[in-house]
Amino acid sequence: MSGIGTGYDLSVSTFSPDGRVFQTEYAQKAVDNSGTVVGLRCKDGVVLGCEKTIISKMLVEGSNRRTYAVDRHAGMAVGGVAADGRQIVNRASSEAQQYKSFYGDIIPGHVLAERTASYVHLFNLYWYLRPCGSAALIAVYDRDGPQLYLVEPSGTGHRFFGTAVGKGRTAAKNEIEKLKLEELTCRQGVLEIAKILHNVHDEEKPFEMELAWICDESNREFQRVPADMVTEANTKAKAAKDDSDMED
Amino acid sequence: MLARPTSHSSALGPGCAGPSLANPVSFDAPPKHQAQQPTSGAAPFMVEPSALAHQGGGEPTKRTQVPYVTGTSVLGVTYKDGVLIASDTLGSYGSTKRYKSVARLKKVNASTIIGAGGELSDFQYIMTLLDELTTDDYCMDDGVVLSPREIYNYMTRVMYNRRNKMDPLWNSLVICGFQDGKPFLGTVGMIGTHYTDEHVATGFGNMLARPLFRERHHPDMSEAEATKLLHDALRVCYYRDKNSINKFQMAKATAEGVTISEPFSLETNWEYKHFRDPTLNAVGAW
Repeated sequence: MSGIGTGYDLSVSTFSPDGRVFQTEYAQKAVDNSGTVVGLRCKDGVVLGCEKTIISKMLVEGSNRRTYAVDRHAGMAVGGVAADGRQIVNRASSEAQQYKSFYGDIIPGHVLAERTASYVHLFNLYWYLRPCGSAALIAVYDRDGPQLYLVEPSGTGHRFFGTAVGKGRTAAKNEIEKLKLEELTCRQGVLEIAKILHNVHDEEKPFEMELAWICDESNREFQRVPADMVTEANTKAKAAKDDSDMED
Repeated sequence: MLARPTSHSSALGPGCAGPSLANPVSFDAPPKHQAQQPTSGAAPFMVEPSALAHQGGGEPTKRTQVPYVTGTSVLGVTYKDGVLIASDTLGSYGSTKRYKSVARLKKVNASTIIGAGGELSDFQYIMTLLDELTTDDYCMDDGVVLSPREIYNYMTRVMYNRRNKMDPLWNSLVICGFQDGKPFLGTVGMIGTHYTDEHVATGFGNMLARPLFRERHHPDMSEAEATKLLHDALRVCYYRDKNSINKFQMAKATAEGVTISEPFSLETNWEYKHFRDPTLNAVGAW
């Protein structure tokens, strides 16, 4: 990486001579180095899944939440620095509340994504701020149906059929591309995400899955996937992985 | 002010090149700046004094002193394993039966129902408050939901706070639910007065329905008995309260959760002797 140590990577308010903002790229790196987060937009809803490495045997199960409801019809999963992610979540939920009290209707997905992206982008504008070290996958079910957005530390926001951030993103995206998302139901999506997370996870440390969805089955409300379903998906995914490992 | 080309045409009204421009401008003494005076020469605009009240002087700001679209009584009784509340579905505009399918019983969360009489727009506002509250709760996602008593206490604070601002929410509320294995039933008035009881009624219902409740209610009634009692009370309210209609809703809160019924009507009988001839024993009436 040219330019490192030349002083162009100290602040977000200075471009490097070849047109890059290093601080923003480092923030993206913080996301890229942390646990994988996958999002799928299926035909009847959106499923989000996070890989959470268990940092201590004594950690209480379900700690360090990564999926959050933002409103009844919207929620997000954050990858990267969890604390930064919480700031994004708080902002998004107050945007949703503010929109509701002003317009009297739920916030549409594209507005929520845009406003969240604007908020994240703010941290790329001033020398005395550092960019957000986290990316947010936003799942919304509004009158236009289910939608999935990704907001990155640079403040860009895009709509996706399926995407992934974090350590295993490349492999995960490859697997997502093989899926027929327009035929997949959320129930199947849960299993697919479980398989993907198991595949991209490196064996050394155990991990916990955190899955959340918004679909017809969850009354079009953003909810965590029921525990028994997660357990079932987990065992099935593990079995599938062991099978394919045997063949190798 | 600079001299401008002047139109002396009478076809152009005072709005364009008005009468003031028709007069030659004196260059000897520059015209004084006249604050708030229209340059057209039209009569100065009078400001309604009360509009300036907030700047001091004038009359004080007035709040809602008359409700516009109102609902009448809400009734509620507890029974052996739950609580029932009921109201009609009328929104009156004064004494005009203006809106006949207004749901005045609303679900707040999985264990609480609220019913309202009084100004219905204020009730809608109360519902947005409660909706924000429950949505916040939902986002917290810790499995904790507000209990009926908590919602009741919250409403007592909201109503009393607004009374202290001399800007009351013009409602009488009934809040019911199921909590800790017991039915909960309470009422909050528009100035924050509140109490819980085994049977409650707001407004006219306090005079018409509660005597029936006092006579027939007992806490270990069956659901059927409680329904019967409530139906009888609703019927009496319908007979005697002119701002009511024969279209009711009933809501139930039990350990299983809460449900609000579809609208229904009651059998009525207007053939009673005193209905047919109300002045029969009233000497001097006409």
